[in-house]
Amino acid sequence: MAAVFPVNNSSDRPKPATLSSDRRIFGTTIAVLAKLLSGFTVRWINCAPDTCQRVYFANHTSHLDAVVLWSALPRELRALTRPVAAKDYWGKTAIRRYVASSFNAMLIDRHEIKVHQSPIDTMLREIGDIYSLIVFPEGSRNSDADMGEFKSGLYYLAKKRPDLELIPVYMDNLNRVLPRGEILPVPLLSCITMGSPIYLEKGESKVDFLKRARETVRKLKDS
Amino acid sequence: MDHLLRLLGQVAPQPTAENPEGSGFPSQLQKIPGEVVEVVQAVWLNLPTNILLGVVLATLAITTAVSQWLQQKPPANINPALIRRFDLRVRAWWLMCAILVFGLLLHRIGTVVLFGLVSFWALREFITMTPTRRGDHRALFWALVIFTPLQYVLIGLGGTTIYRHDGRPVDFYAIYSIMIPVYASLFVPARIAIAGDSKKFLERSAQIQLGLLICVYALSHAPALLDLKLYSSRGERWEGSNAGLLFFFVLICQLSEVFFWVSGQLIGKTVIAKDVSTSRTWEGLFGGVLATGMAGLCLYWVTPFEIWEAAILSMVVAGMGFLGAMTMSAIKRDRGVTDYGSLVLGHAGVLDRIDTLCFAAPVFYHLTRFFFSR
Repeated sequence: MAAVFPVNNSSDRPKPATLSSDRRIFGTTIAVLAKLLSGFTVRWINCAPDTCQRVYFANHTSHLDAVVLWSALPRELRALTRPVAAKDYWGKTAIRRYVASSFNAMLIDRHEIKVHQSPIDTMLREIGDIYSLIVFPEGSRNSDADMGEFKSGLYYLAKKRPDLELIPVYMDNLNRVLPRGEILPVPLLSCITMGSPIYLEKGESKVDFLKRARETVRKLKDS
Repeated sequence: MDHLLRLLGQVAPQPTAENPEGSGFPSQLQKIPGEVVEVVQAVWLNLPTNILLGVVLATLAITTAVSQWLQQKPPANINPALIRRFDLRVRAWWLMCAILVFGLLLHRIGTVVLFGLVSFWALREFITMTPTRRGDHRALFWALVIFTPLQYVLIGLGGTTIYRHDGRPVDFYAIYSIMIPVYASLFVPARIAIAGDSKKFLERSAQIQLGLLICVYALSHAPALLDLKLYSSRGERWEGSNAGLLFFFVLICQLSEVFFWVSGQLIGKTVIAKDVSTSRTWEGLFGGVLATGMAGLCLYWVTPFEIWEAAILSMVVAGMGFLGAMTMSAIKRDRGVTDYGSLVLGHAGVLDRIDTLCFAAPVFYHLTRFFFSR
């Protein structure tokens, strides 16, 4: 489905750092495996793939979410998009670090949060004016079907960088492919829906914005 | 009729070329390694099969031409939506035909793998559509990742000759014909019970069991046709191609769908069950079964059957296919979807295309096995 839309390529953009070829090949392998395993269909609703800087924010129900969402993007965008992942898990061993770097993950420390070194600042510094982000504002994975409350990180991202397009994403059925606490995935079919971008409105409070952001994700479920 | 009676009461077969002594149930038991083993089929795709393939491809080409012509100059008295649906249908036939021919060109193992993949995809759609609970995860893993491939591995082994240590050949039919009804269907509810969630237990077990039964077990009888050692009802060894018989079966299923649709449109009046399907009528059923019988009669030359046997078997296939389509629409209606594929793809899924095959395959296989094989 994604291939139907041509990727809008703004020509005068700085190029992303090139990964080593083995990481690129491994990254493509991961994307193909994710497609086979979760059988996802991608729907873009009032939105098209674009190389402009974006923050994809999605509901979080499975370990696979970050990899699958990254794999669902067209190849040009995968090189430009960095899923935010937990450093305490993905940075632990050399193998995990290698896998994480292959799918372009940005490792963020969840525990060592200091005043001058908030994760949001790290993310913004890392993406510069090139990369897009994949975030899961619910924080931890949600075991029941209903979505949890959004954490405030998305609000600060929107406030500090109002030029970023915030794309709501609803990931359906992935919690059945690999639910919380399971190791072996069941290869069912899933569906990923990308909606039209939202922005922080002038004078909108943190609570209102987070509520609205959560609603846009939830509405994509039935669209 | 006396052919049939002779077959049914086969106690003392007549001596034949392969079996000169005419001994009852031949020397299967004493067969030792090294002895010349009869090749199951001499020719994979023989002349009649190739002719049938050619006829089907030509018909498809003509149908495509008609469909294109209808799209360019739509006649005023035909609904444009109908023309679009016809075009989609023709495309689906091309795809099916291409996949099946590709499988057949890869010989026996290619065909078995192909049906295995179709089963896997169909079960995937089936389970995606049905509501499962968190506690079903491990049972679903067994169904999709273990039992489905295992069934097709056993079907694949069915064509080989492997001997036990005492020299008797392994009869894989004895395993693959019961693997899912016995082992899988008992194991699945037990696995759900072990997971510890008793809510809607019966529904959840039945869903997975039915999914395995329809999508995997039933469909796997189609490639199992390749391993039958076939005889005509006169008792002569049939020298034709089993791949041709499989192609005949799939073709009859597809034709029956067309005939049901056409006769439903032309003479359909009494809807059978309007809550399940508004387009399936008793008149359509009888018209479709008769027309499929005629089609089978015309194609008898690819099969080991006599003309009248081919007609009757085709009618049985059509009837079973009709029951399959009704059953699957009932499931779809219950889940509130129009097509299995529409869950995710926006067009008809694999399960929509194979519902007739699934129900017809085991019955066709077992009737053929019972009356035409030894």
